[in-house]
Amino acid sequence: MKIVVTVKQVPDPNSNLTLEADNTISREKEVVLDPGDECGVEEGLQLKEAHGGEVILVSMGPERAKDAIRKGLSMGADRGVLISDASLAGADALLTARVLAAVIKQEEPDLVICATESYDGSTGMVPPMLAELLGFPQLTFAKKVEVDGSTVKVHRQTADGYQIVEASTPALITVTAAIAEPRYASLKGIMAARSKEIKQVAASELGVEKGQPAETIEGVVEAEARKAGEVIEDDGSAVEKIVQVLAAAKVL
Amino acid sequence: MPSILVYAELSEGKVASTSLELMTKARELGDVYAVALGAGAKTAASTLGKHGAKVVHVSEDSAFDDYVAEPATDALASLYEKEKPDLILFGFAPDSREVAGRLAARLGAGLISNALDVVAKDGGFVAQVPYFGGAKVASMKANGKPAIVLIRPKSFEASAKGGTAEVKQLDVKVGDGSKRAHIAERVVEASEKVKLEEARIVISGGRGMGGPQNFPLLEELASALGGAVGASRAVVDAGWVPYSMQVGQTGKSVRPGVYIAVGISGAMQHTVGMKTSKIIIAINKDAEAPIMKMADLGVVGDALKIVPALTAAVKAKKNG
Repeated sequence: MKIVVTVKQVPDPNSNLTLEADNTISREKEVVLDPGDECGVEEGLQLKEAHGGEVILVSMGPERAKDAIRKGLSMGADRGVLISDASLAGADALLTARVLAAVIKQEEPDLVICATESYDGSTGMVPPMLAELLGFPQLTFAKKVEVDGSTVKVHRQTADGYQIVEASTPALITVTAAIAEPRYASLKGIMAARSKEIKQVAASELGVEKGQPAETIEGVVEAEARKAGEVIEDDGSAVEKIVQVLAAAKVL
Repeated sequence: MPSILVYAELSEGKVASTSLELMTKARELGDVYAVALGAGAKTAASTLGKHGAKVVHVSEDSAFDDYVAEPATDALASLYEKEKPDLILFGFAPDSREVAGRLAARLGAGLISNALDVVAKDGGFVAQVPYFGGAKVASMKANGKPAIVLIRPKSFEASAKGGTAEVKQLDVKVGDGSKRAHIAERVVEASEKVKLEEARIVISGGRGMGGPQNFPLLEELASALGGAVGASRAVVDAGWVPYSMQVGQTGKSVRPGVYIAVGISGAMQHTVGMKTSKIIIAINKDAEAPIMKMADLGVVGDALKIVPALTAAVKAKKNG
């Protein structure tokens, strides 16, 4: 089975974000493989271990996004493809999906695995767009994936439980953090990753028209902050104080 | 007047509350049309009429309930070709997200996701989007036609104003090519407790709860108060509690009368999903935690002692 996992380099969730002059999020420093994508890579590796095949990581980003791909390769993925092109800086979801789709089509995978949404953008729009552009069905919010021959079945997280959703391959699935605990790269894995291929592709080779962006940022302001209220040390009277607040709010 | 099409998400044949919230906003922006697909669509049309829809396009084809995203995308694409709405509004909810994404890719539309608000400007639409994990708000202009905007739940109040929609049967035949991701079974895990999004009081736990074994303390307090239990992303990612309990940027948005954050530091990721709660109470051992700077009442202390004592006090007050 040929599995493509989309991966993205994002600002470290534990670091402070900064803005570029054009109001896009700076991705210059403290970057890591998106934690959601680590789960996607893990699921891809588990499926490969169970069914054989190949796990290919596809990413769009600047040259140093190779580090994110390398991280996935050290976990055990087979090879990577990076679409890196200055003209793609600040690309919106639709352009990103078009570029990824152009590369993934060439790979003719059985399965494409994406995280439900990225850690930094959090819009969750690239996966359904990608599914549409590839002409694949989408099996989303998966907390469990099973493959049987050419049938893929997922447990799709819902507000009150889950749905069992199935489709024939090729298909695109999105996975939640509940899918699998990402493995740590072993020393052997890290060494092996150094010699694995990361193919670099220029946007111009893909025939994707950049066109007009689907959205433009007009301005950024500070979010409205709530005012701090009273802060008390619990000296045994805190419970009584909370009860008073609950009573005043008429929930008690 | 711009024409606004609202995608009404149905849940067990009823219009989702998020979709009704969108209707309130849509009425401000222009002439409102809605589309309702699947079982219960015709009943939904009457509810949507009361919320301001002039016309509701309906189809009760079972394909809309049985297959993920593609049949609905076909229906919306075909409706767009006929009606050419200026703006299509979706709730930022799982099913809607998937349809919106596919539709935007198919139409090459301008799309803005995860928005808090949308306004008409210069003949187009500008949406307010939480940015930087919620620390900032960006104004994003949707380029291209139609504009597609996904709005976070609880951004507006649903309000019925009375009215009757003209119901139009949607003339769409869902082809076999779109019947692919088949929903074979629906499994309900959550018991019939108060729904997180609808609860008047929400008690959420974070890492400061120490471990999943202590979450029952929150359940007991919630049950005494008639509330629901939520959680921070950190403890969901750690596998302590299911994703359905997650409050925040990548989880649910809540706006209860009282929100009690227990052992939650108050990262932006979390607060963007709860900061519009009327009253916020924080219990945390760290007086410097960001949550303390936004809470109406911050209690510095041991959550594992305070929560059971609070549950006992609440029970005593109710019985007394």
